Amino acid sequence: MNGEAREGAAVDIIPGKKKILAVSSGGGHWVELIRLSPAFEGHVVVFATVDKAYRSEAGSARFYTILDVTRWNKFRWSQTLVKLAYILLREKPDLVISTGALPGYFSLRLAKWFGIKTIWIDSIANVEELSLSGQMIGKYADLWLTQWPQLAKPGGPFYRGTVL
Amino acid sequence: MPFDRLVSTVDRWAKENGRDDVFAQIGQSEYQPSNIQWTNFLEPEEFKRKYGAAKVIVAHAGTGSIITALQFGKPILVIPRRANLRETRNDHQVATAEQFRRFDSVAVAWDERELVTKLAGIDNLRGSQRIESHASSGLVKAIREFIDGC
Repeated sequence: MNGEAREGAAVDIIPGKKKILAVSSGGGHWVELIRLSPAFEGHVVVFATVDKAYRSEAGSARFYTILDVTRWNKFRWSQTLVKLAYILLREKPDLVISTGALPGYFSLRLAKWFGIKTIWIDSIANVEELSLSGQMIGKYADLWLTQWPQLAKPGGPFYRGTVL
Repeated sequence: MPFDRLVSTVDRWAKENGRDDVFAQIGQSEYQPSNIQWTNFLEPEEFKRKYGAAKVIVAHAGTGSIITALQFGKPILVIPRRANLRETRNDHQVATAEQFRRFDSVAVAWDERELVTKLAGIDNLRGSQRIESHASSGLVKAIREFIDGC
């Protein structure tokens, strides 16, 4: 190995180690997100979700709370968007991943805007059709997944397995 | 969102059958039980402790409730929320219940009348092997590969 390569190695001392921001709303969305944890092993994970009580399940990962939003409480949207933008700018993740719902949609839209890679995994609850957020996020998700083979399409969403 | 059909049915069942071994997390339900112990919201740690101590779970057909029951190997009886009763925004829980019914430890009551019937046999519901605490290897692998390629 020549000197140049060794110098390079010193800079990239942990090659391939990425920072991942994982976002979800509560209940099943959060349970599903936590079940993806083995996929993040060896990387740095930061969580953003809607209930501070979930912190205990995030282990030693950094943890942010965001205000829960739905289609029906538009007056709250700006607060959640601002907080998500703050988290993205502060943490500078390499990747944002979400299992839904609307807060996750927002996080992926902002992430794309900041040039960050995105993964959407539609909840296993959506058996007959994708969630509305899941349908709308297609254009903005670099990896766009459903957990039901019958909902997969050639151009995405794709089916790669489930959280079970 | 409230789910008074579930809470009130279980409360009445407990009264009629003299059950003093029921604990409920009722969320935003407006009906206040008078025959069972209840709270609006349990912290996750306490929630898991209750799950672990329970013989059987009765819940809405939410994936969080069902997956947690499967993780604990506990039997679960679910009733889907309905959009037309304003218990949820759409009928996705009907499809969730239909799909999770394939697990032996998951029983479904489609309405409150059937819930009464199934509650009568609740002590006969059996749990199953705990499922792994993480996603399928296929999904984990797909996500890992994507992360590594970022």
